[in-house]
Order: sequence, then structure tokens, then C-alpha cells
Amino acid sequence: MAAGSTLSGPDIVETVRRRWMFRHPLVIRLAHWTNVACLAILLMSGLQIFNAHPALYWGSASTFDKPFVAITDDQKDDGTARGIVYVAGQTFDTTGVLGLSNLNGRPAGRAFPSWATLPAHQDLATGRRWHFLFAWAFVINGLIYLLYGLGTGQLRRRLVPDADQMRGFGSSIREHLTLHFPEGDEAKRYNVLQKLTYLVVVAVLLPLMVLTGLAMSPGVNAVVPLPDLFGGRQSARTIHFIVTNLLVLFVIVHVLLVLLSGVVNNMRSMVTGWFVIERKKLPAGPGESR
Amino acid sequence: MRPRLTLPRSIALPHRRGFLTAAAGLLGVSALGGCDRFAASATGQRALKTGEDANLFVQRLLLTPASLAKEFPDSEISPWFKPNGTIDPPDRAYKTLAAKSFEGFKLRVDGLVERPQELSLAELRALPARTQTTRHDCVEGWSAIGKWTGVPLAEVLQRAGLKPNARYVVFHCADTMEYTASEETEEAEEKTANPGMEQRPEGAENQASDSKAAGNEAPADEGEAAQGTPVRYYESIDLTDAYHPQTILAYDLNGKALPVANGAPLRLRVERQLGYKQAKYIMRIELTEGLTGIGDGNGGYWEDRGYEWYAGI
Repeated sequence: MAAGSTLSGPDIVETVRRRWMFRHPLVIRLAHWTNVACLAILLMSGLQIFNAHPALYWGSASTFDKPFVAITDDQKDDGTARGIVYVAGQTFDTTGVLGLSNLNGRPAGRAFPSWATLPAHQDLATGRRWHFLFAWAFVINGLIYLLYGLGTGQLRRRLVPDADQMRGFGSSIREHLTLHFPEGDEAKRYNVLQKLTYLVVVAVLLPLMVLTGLAMSPGVNAVVPLPDLFGGRQSARTIHFIVTNLLVLFVIVHVLLVLLSGVVNNMRSMVTGWFVIERKKLPAGPGESR
Repeated sequence: MRPRLTLPRSIALPHRRGFLTAAAGLLGVSALGGCDRFAASATGQRALKTGEDANLFVQRLLLTPASLAKEFPDSEISPWFKPNGTIDPPDRAYKTLAAKSFEGFKLRVDGLVERPQELSLAELRALPARTQTTRHDCVEGWSAIGKWTGVPLAEVLQRAGLKPNARYVVFHCADTMEYTASEETEEAEEKTANPGMEQRPEGAENQASDSKAAGNEAPADEGEAAQGTPVRYYESIDLTDAYHPQTILAYDLNGKALPVANGAPLRLRVERQLGYKQAKYIMRIELTEGLTGIGDGNGGYWEDRGYEWYAGI
């Protein structure tokens, strides 16, 4: 049975009102929270590094007069300063957040505001130290997760959609849009959108971050020509930035859905492992009332 | 109300306080003030540095003398090779040399060598040369491609003959970065400066749109004595990189004599590392056994300001 196959061991416990399911093994819970810390620090120290040269390009070298993206500040017609984001020929006024924001109470020209960077003030050297240390933590944590997930089959069972799920793809989208979340047996496994999203994050986006990160290293380049994979070092840097944005988007949607689909149950399951499967509110069929 | 459970004994009861505590802890970890305070402490600095140590270890493991930086076709040469760091040394001695196209320039090679050298530009040009079109990667993140011609550092070291205890090649440069007089103001400013910024003497015209943050840190030419002891740029590499075939002392950029902005008359190219290792305005090469006594002992001007000595990433 598909639902039971997400489990290993006698991990369903019935109580008077609820059915408890042991959903997240210790390794996965630890990997998840380690990843939260790593990604938060990598993001903020990454924005600090980006602030040192807040422009992105395509190709091997920088085309300084024609950036693909630039976050900077200039002067309005009336002489007041404004922050701007420039993307492929379009200019957007982002005063207060991007390009120009308050630092110690005074407006300062900086791409990302001090509350988003690590360290808060401009300090590329320390930003790089945070970034590299937590890049190592992230990679080691990711390898443990992958080895465990592949070795135990957890990864395949959790993240690869079952055949019946692929057929229900359309209805899963509808459920998400109307914020109706699976109940009963269906709640024992991740739904198809969840599985595919996690699969893309785990198998595509996070590895891309590591590869595009390494592609920026002149040392690593002399051993593995990684920039060629991405169309040059500056393209790799741009992809590193774009994938960062996709990961931030993922985290926003992820946290939103955790909140909407039962924050206590979700958080409990990622801290202790135990997840409550609510009985279907409809009159129970034979399969539900054993 | 807590549900009545019949859980295996080994598993902790799930309860709200548990995860709230965990969530609060996580928030604490990522709290900004905490991170910055941690980074400022001595323990924090040591801890943060372990990532760089791991970087060096892995790169030393992977890189062999045969691992070459990619060389590009001439068609990919950047139309403008962005100069950074010092672009016009304020030093009078340097200006005098530059005024006469470096005719009076002599590269000194000393320290732990058998035969100290004094090599003019003409003598350096007469030595075997190597030309390479490579990508220059600034620590800030940008890149530029240039065609460099110069004498392999190995040739120069061969002429000088290394003493057995020589381990590092230290480059002493002509350009003053700052004066050691007013340390308090320096420390406040040096954190915001980085190797990619232009260091400009006062009065120089703005050349790059993004150089505004560079401020006026670079000292003016006049009144050197009044301002304290000048700190001139310095860098170092070890013998592994010194004998790498692509490590050259470049005197030409894109087929023309190296411009002052890019480090005339001589700059280092150590292609598997970042831009701040590519010392400009080299006047003297010193062979040493260690790096203590060179600046604050971390091996370079920017290394003494928090940047890693092995800048391969």
C-alpha cells in the first residue's frame, strides 16, 4: 500500500481521538534544522558578498557598462537620492530596501539593506568567512542526508511521486489553490506537488548552488572546468543568484503552507517525528475505522 | 488536552513546549546581533576561519603543478581591463620612475637567495617569456580577461638560487595604501574597504561609477613624513605557486607595456587565485622562511585585514 510504504517499522500509533504516525526519522529532522541554519547564514552572508559588487553579468567576464542586473543608487531629478534595481534594461525605484536604505539611521547606498546581510555592516572579508564555513556545513549535512535517504530508500519513497499521484496531478493543484489539504490515508504520504517541489529543491536547486558556487573559484576551475557548464564564471555567478531567489521563494511558500496546513502538527513532526493524521470529517468508510 | 498515547517508550512525548523551545533556539542562532558579536570575538574568528582552512586543504589536495587556469582565445579579451586597488601610486619615488618610463627601475631579488639580483626591465624582457590570456577574478565577484606577457617567476628564482630554507616569495610593492599614524580611524574604515575598490590619491578623477565607496583612504603624495610611516602593498605566495608554469611577472597587458593603472612596470600573475594576490607595482621580491615580520604576519596587505592568504575561492 502506497501510504504504508512511506514508513519503516511499526510507526502508526492509535489513540482515542487520533492516529499518530512516526513521519520523520531523527537523521532527517536533524538534517532539516541544520539546513535551516545553514541556508539562513549562507543567504545573508551571500548578500553581504553580493553587496561588494552589486551587479550581475552573462558570460566569462563582466561587461561593466551592460550588466544584466544591477542594484545601485542614483539621483532623482530634484537631486534627492534613490535606490534602483536595474534588470535587463528596466529600472525600478526601490528606495528604502534595495540600493538605498538606512544604516544607523542614515540613508546609505548599499544593494541589500543591513538587516538582510551578515555582518550587518559592509565587511566582505567576514561575510566570506561565514559563507565558506557554512557552505562546508551545508555540503556535509547534505551528503549525510543524501547517503541516508538513498541508503534507506527514504528519498525515493518520500520524494518520487507514485503512479496514482501523477494521475491526480490536476486535482492536487486544485487542492492547493483552495487550501484543502489531504486527510486520512492520503495525509500519510506527501502529495504530488509536495513531492515534486521537494525533489526539485533537493536534486536540482541545492546541487546547483554548490556547483555554481564552486564554478566561481579560480582554484577549482583549474581542476574542473565548471564555468563552461554554465556559460562562463559570470553566468555561474548570475545563476547562483537566481537560484538563491528560487530557494527564497520556496522557503516562503513552504513556511506559508506549514502554517496553513496545521502548524502545530507540522512543527511537532519535524521536531519529534510524530505527525497526527486527522480522520476524514466525512462519514468514515470501512477503510478508515479499523 | 493531551491525547492519551501508547507510544513506544523510547520516543519522547510530543508536546508544544518542546518545539517552541527549539524554534526559539533557532531564532536565537540566527539573530543578527549574536552573529556579529560572535564574529568579532577571538573564538568566533578562529571558528569562522576553519572554513577557509578546509578550502586550502582541499585545493592543495586537488591542484597539481599541471592544473592550469583556463586560457582564453584573444577574441574574448575584455575591451576594458578594470583596474582596481591602487590605480595611481601616490609615492614620489614611483612617480619619478614612471615619468621616465621605468628606465631606472630595478627589480631586487633578495632574502634567502644565493645570488641577490637587480634586474632592469630590459633584462627581464630578455629572459624567456610566457604569454597567457586568462580571466582575472576579483574577490568582489567581477571578472575581466586580459592577455599577459611576462617572465615566469621560476626563471627569476632560478637565477637567484634559493637557499634550502626558503619557503615563501614575498612581493614588496611601490604603492602606499595607508599610513600607520591614526590607527583608530583606519580601523573604522578598513572594514568597509575591500581589495576590489579603487584606492585613489586625493584629486584623482572618478574613473569607475561604482568606486564611490572607496572614499579618500589612499594617501596624498605630499607630506609623507607628517602622516606617519607609509604602508605599501605586500603579498606572498608559497613555492608551490611560485613554480607554477602560469605564475609570471607580467610587463605587458594585451600586447602593450603594462599601464600604470594595471601595475606598471611589473605585476604578479598567479592565475589560480583571486585578484588581490596579483600584486602590482612590484619593486622587490624577498625569499623568506615564514611570514611573521611581513606586515602583521598573515602574508599580505589584505590578509592582514581579514582576507584569506590562499585566495583560490
